Amino acid sequence: MPSSAAQRRVRAATSESRPVQWVLIGISLVFIAVILVLPLTTVFAEAFRRGPDEFLKALADKDAQAAIRLTLLVAAISVPLNIVFGVCAAWAIAKYEFKGKAFLITLIDLPFSVSPVISGLVYVLLFGAGSMLGPWLRSYGIEVLFAVPGIVLATIFVTFPFVARELIPLMQVQGTGDEEAAISLGANGWQTFWRVTLPNIKWGLLYGVLLCNARAMGEFGAVTVVSGRIRGQTTTMPLQIEILYNEYNAVAAFSLAAMLALLALVTLVLKSILEWRFGDELAATNGGH
Amino acid sequence: MAAFSTRFTFRRGNRRMVLTTRKRARWRFRQPSVIPGFGLTFGFMIAYFSLIILIPLIALGIRSAGLGFDGFWRYATDPRVLGALRVSFSTALIAALVNVVFGTLLAWVLVRYRFPGRRIVDAIIDLPFALPTAVAGIALTAIYAPNGPIGAFFAPFGIRLAYTPAGIVIALIFVGLPFMVRTVQPVLEEVQHEIEEAAATLGANRWQTVTRVLLPGLTPAILTGFALAFARAVGEYGSVVFIAGNIPLVSEIAPLLIVIRLEEFNYVGATVIAAVMLMISFALLFIINLIQAWSRRRFGYAL
Repeated sequence: MPSSAAQRRVRAATSESRPVQWVLIGISLVFIAVILVLPLTTVFAEAFRRGPDEFLKALADKDAQAAIRLTLLVAAISVPLNIVFGVCAAWAIAKYEFKGKAFLITLIDLPFSVSPVISGLVYVLLFGAGSMLGPWLRSYGIEVLFAVPGIVLATIFVTFPFVARELIPLMQVQGTGDEEAAISLGANGWQTFWRVTLPNIKWGLLYGVLLCNARAMGEFGAVTVVSGRIRGQTTTMPLQIEILYNEYNAVAAFSLAAMLALLALVTLVLKSILEWRFGDELAATNGGH
Repeated sequence: MAAFSTRFTFRRGNRRMVLTTRKRARWRFRQPSVIPGFGLTFGFMIAYFSLIILIPLIALGIRSAGLGFDGFWRYATDPRVLGALRVSFSTALIAALVNVVFGTLLAWVLVRYRFPGRRIVDAIIDLPFALPTAVAGIALTAIYAPNGPIGAFFAPFGIRLAYTPAGIVIALIFVGLPFMVRTVQPVLEEVQHEIEEAAATLGANRWQTVTRVLLPGLTPAILTGFALAFARAVGEYGSVVFIAGNIPLVSEIAPLLIVIRLEEFNYVGATVIAAVMLMISFALLFIINLIQAWSRRRFGYAL
């Protein structure tokens, strides 16, 4: 048909020829397979190398259980705190006009440009030997460093921007009209937040929480520095993986790693569902961390 | 400051109208708003940010400033420190350059082409954000070690990947890839087809259109993605330590040297390395902001 031939010629001018397309797609798929998919499948393959019994035995180990509990505890403290911060920051930044706002937004992203190891180091300097705070707190029986509070602090530091950076652009796009209408109809601040703002931002919030939680449970560098790696007490899952791996107990290390990889997969799936179903509502928050 | 008044005169029909406005030129921190909660949310944000981020970072700054310039310089120019910084920055640079090529290609393929499994590929790009670095580290080591699937392939040729700087580069490609793709992808989606059609009608072939018309417009996005991937790679620890081999001056990265110094209770040594790395990171952040400002002026989009 002449019309379809003409169409094809028009399309060819603003697109690559089919063979070129397939070569580029092929290169991309091979690259993805080697760089991203292979590590993921390796984790599970290594975990089940000696069968499911060894896998389950590794997870039932006393220290592994303690590590899983500590990881859940740390995430259960640090993620809610960062949610409160993220919502407050987004509210203050998106609903009002004030001086220095752009600078503040840049500052919130600061932890992303700090090496995780340095994120841990700052708390070692603040609470460690030779600091003023550490010995003072210890005299009241409060241990920060090489204890749970230090791990929580370091985790909060590295996961600090996740919720805020999802919510700020989203709420800026949504503007202040809904809230002003609610206030003028007699709602107070809390009612406005719970009934008007929160329903508007819930998917963006969930998106930020997902990423924040994945990082909180998987953080390694910052936690390494502050934890002291006391087996069964201050080892989170990633630290326990490192200990097992360095003891040449690869199956046990990969078994715990498989649990974290599963968490990563669940995070990715939920994140993708959110993007596909509520892409419009998340539109302001494309990509990023 | 004193209040001043402005007079506007204008005509409506045959009548001459005079409008006088009085305007306070008072400096205001915040524009008035009917929405409550500024004090609470702003106060909490600033307090939390100061306690968690600002004060600890300032403490690090004060500690390193306390050394004086000579002391700082002596620690910073220690051969092992310089070696670690060189390893960190050179491997991060190579990995970021590899990501420029493959990240841009992936963004291009994901935006422009339709093929089975495209959505899955798109979703899995974010894997390095979701997969804990320690997990990635041991998995990459298992793959590229001499007895691993890819390591064993290269071993007969005498090429070692794991426990060499090459292994570090591989790990850094892994962690940096999504930064590149996710920065270029949204910009590429916004490119208007008219530009390409114009180039084509003016006689450009496809290669010329892509390299002379499309890629220049993507430059700010590619530069930003490069800087983000590079900054992340320089500070990366978890995925690198397992695969690196950690031989001083050869494959020992700067974050690892900080950890080693801390384990020796050499807090000063650790602080100096951290201060040097932070200065470079903040310089990078500043450069990223400059690129974005330039991009807004030159190309009309910010990232």
